[in-house]
Amino acid sequence: MSSGLIFAATGCLLFVLGLGGVLLLKALLRRILAFNLMGSGAFLVLVGLAQRDGTPDPVPQAMVLTGIVVAVAATALALTLARRWQALTGREDIGRVGDAGSRRRSKQRERRKAPR
Amino acid sequence: MKRFVRWLSILALTVLAGALLLAISSLPPAPVKLAGEVAANLAVSGVSHPVTAVLLNFRGYDTFLEVAVLIIALLGMLAAGLPPPPPTGSRNAMLPTLARLAVPLMVLAAVYLLWAGAFRPGGAFQAAAVLAAAAVLLHLAEIQGPWPDNARGPRLAIAGGFLLFLAIAAALLVNGGLLRYPPEQAGLNIVLIESGLSVSLAVNLAAFFLLRAPKS
Amino acid sequence: MNLAFDLLLAAALLWSAWRTLATPQIGRAVILFIVFGLLLTLAWARLDAPDIALAEAAIGAGLTGALLLDAVAALRARRPNMDGDET
Repeated sequence: MSSGLIFAATGCLLFVLGLGGVLLLKALLRRILAFNLMGSGAFLVLVGLAQRDGTPDPVPQAMVLTGIVVAVAATALALTLARRWQALTGREDIGRVGDAGSRRRSKQRERRKAPR
Repeated sequence: MKRFVRWLSILALTVLAGALLLAISSLPPAPVKLAGEVAANLAVSGVSHPVTAVLLNFRGYDTFLEVAVLIIALLGMLAAGLPPPPPTGSRNAMLPTLARLAVPLMVLAAVYLLWAGAFRPGGAFQAAAVLAAAAVLLHLAEIQGPWPDNARGPRLAIAGGFLLFLAIAAALLVNGGLLRYPPEQAGLNIVLIESGLSVSLAVNLAAFFLLRAPKS
Repeated sequence: MNLAFDLLLAAALLWSAWRTLATPQIGRAVILFIVFGLLLTLAWARLDAPDIALAEAAIGAGLTGALLLDAVAALRARRPNMDGDET
């Protein structure tokens, strides 16, 4: 099993993890993080699969290099939009922990902490 | 109901992960070896580092459009309304000193990376990233204030690199193809484009962080 | 030996990615994302891609991290008691 295949498999799992985050988390900042994880997974699949026989391949490497720069541009735009959205709607949950379930859990935790 | 949908989506994601892993483990070997093609044509590309050759010669069109994407992202930020400048204060006395020591070295490292890109790992992207990081460091140390959204210098720098790339691409159209360099001038063209790109990309990346709405 | 290192690195990547999404505090999530970026730099080095490793270290971990931290700081300034981030 070559490193290329190992990291391609890791990239697949990262992609699915990020996809789950984008779909299931409510907080906008978390979704931006999850989207970045998806992108990193896709990059690993691109380079890892092309190099599964062990020889470095400059073509996918160059593509991923441009991809990383585009990803940071997309992140900057997304963050600006998220902040704008928050300023316009006054909604405060762009940084909160994800979905309703975990929010309930964290509230329970707070309640448990409170008497101490 | 909500919990049911949640578990259903987790199940679907697990199936997707399994299918993807199965797919990549059963792929046949690639019929075309791109690495070999690149190596065979490296001599006419004008540079001796294969990744730079792909970025600026064989797939120069992708790089060209990527610079355009960065500018569009910046335009999107300007259109959406820039975030206000961060509150000042809470500064550390060490940080400005460190920034003053580190930034000249970072600029030196960026120039080295740009020069090294022709024959070893490095190039315009990495040089631009280091330059942008230097600008962000200066900003965090409060030596360089935020850029107002009507700042002329950054706009000229960002547009300049892109227009230089566009001008070279358009000039090469007379040879019969967009960004198809004649082999004897390829090296010179690539160095010109890369120098313009480093400055343009660096200012563009730094602008994501430094471009802030004027204090009202 | 190399195989063990690759598997360990892959596990660390997945773990840091999972913690980025699952940790309750957003400030910590951003730090974990930067850690993820640095681990990814190691992965690119293992894949014989020094160009991407350089770009990932400077852009993926550095600039994206600075942007995200800036956004979190702005969020906290708007609402100082957000999520009990400091606890």
